[in-house]
Amino acid sequence: MAITVRIPTPLQKLTQNQAEVKASGTTIKELIEDLEKNFPGIKGRVCDETGKIRRFINIYVNEEDVRFLQRDETPLEDGDEVSIIPAIAGGR
Amino acid sequence: MKLREDQIERYSRQIILPNVGGKGQEKLLNAKVLIIGAGGLGSPCALYLASAGIGKIDIVDSDKVELNNLQRQILHSTKDVGRAKVESAKDRLNEINQDVEVIPYNIRLTSKNILDMVKKYDIVVDGSDNFPTRYLVNDACILSGKPLSHGGIFRFDGQVITILPGKSACYRCLFSEPPPPGLVPSCQEAGILGAVAGIIGTIQANEVIKYVLGIGDLLVDKLLIFNALDSSFRQVKVPKDVKCQVCGQTPTITKLIDYEEFCNLR
Repeated sequence: MAITVRIPTPLQKLTQNQAEVKASGTTIKELIEDLEKNFPGIKGRVCDETGKIRRFINIYVNEEDVRFLQRDETPLEDGDEVSIIPAIAGGR
Repeated sequence: MKLREDQIERYSRQIILPNVGGKGQEKLLNAKVLIIGAGGLGSPCALYLASAGIGKIDIVDSDKVELNNLQRQILHSTKDVGRAKVESAKDRLNEINQDVEVIPYNIRLTSKNILDMVKKYDIVVDGSDNFPTRYLVNDACILSGKPLSHGGIFRFDGQVITILPGKSACYRCLFSEPPPPGLVPSCQEAGILGAVAGIIGTIQANEVIKYVLGIGDLLVDKLLIFNALDSSFRQVKVPKDVKCQVCGQTPTITKLIDYEEFCNLR
């Protein structure tokens, strides 16, 4: 199952500077595990010690925030685009 | 209020727009906007708002102009290095347009002074550069019912959202907590492309102008995400969070808190 994952700038060090990678999984949880296999360290940046998605990072399936779907149990379908969006504060 | 001859000439290219007209121009000239930060986002935003004839643009910033600011903070010039940013900003905006009244506030916004500040304006623009101020400004605008244009930039990325208190999702609905200190570097540490600041700050100016004119659709309940490397603009939905600490059904933040502490900075 091919899911396109958009990687934000702060995490691109872990994906060899790729802004977009392919991953697989039937849920967000599985997708994160799959990303971790190929890009070690990414799970620790996205999830806290208990495995929950960090509160300053949002994950979107297409345009929808998974917090308002089924969080990391949100199902994925072939062709979905997943975006990882962290809070950024720069302005000056 | 009647437009003068020179005003009709100055603003003619926007007055002829179907949704603006003389009435719209009068709305712009009567509008009062507070810009927080005279930096990368505040600069392009202030320049376009002043050029469009926003009648009152007040600017808050406690910093002085540094040479390394000029790569992106286009309000300021080489001759301004060492001056207060708000003074440099005021001079530049007045050079462009004398119709605009600019009051410079060379201060840091805090939980103590922000509510008195924001109450004087129709809409607030957040172009600050740190999480404590981001949450302070969001909460102050929610508690005061003031619309807010939020913009953020980091390296090649930008984010923009418009917040209408009581109606739309707020910044806490989007990100309920800031990252721990040290995890996300600032522009100073991480770098920023000046044009990214220009694009995001200009979108914030556009949002303010649409809000004042009451035209089009604002970036409410959605986040616009820009990436400079692939020139992509994407939008994601930002639902209002019923559990939001400041604008949810049972808010736990009913007055301003200590934002340094909230962001684990003390």
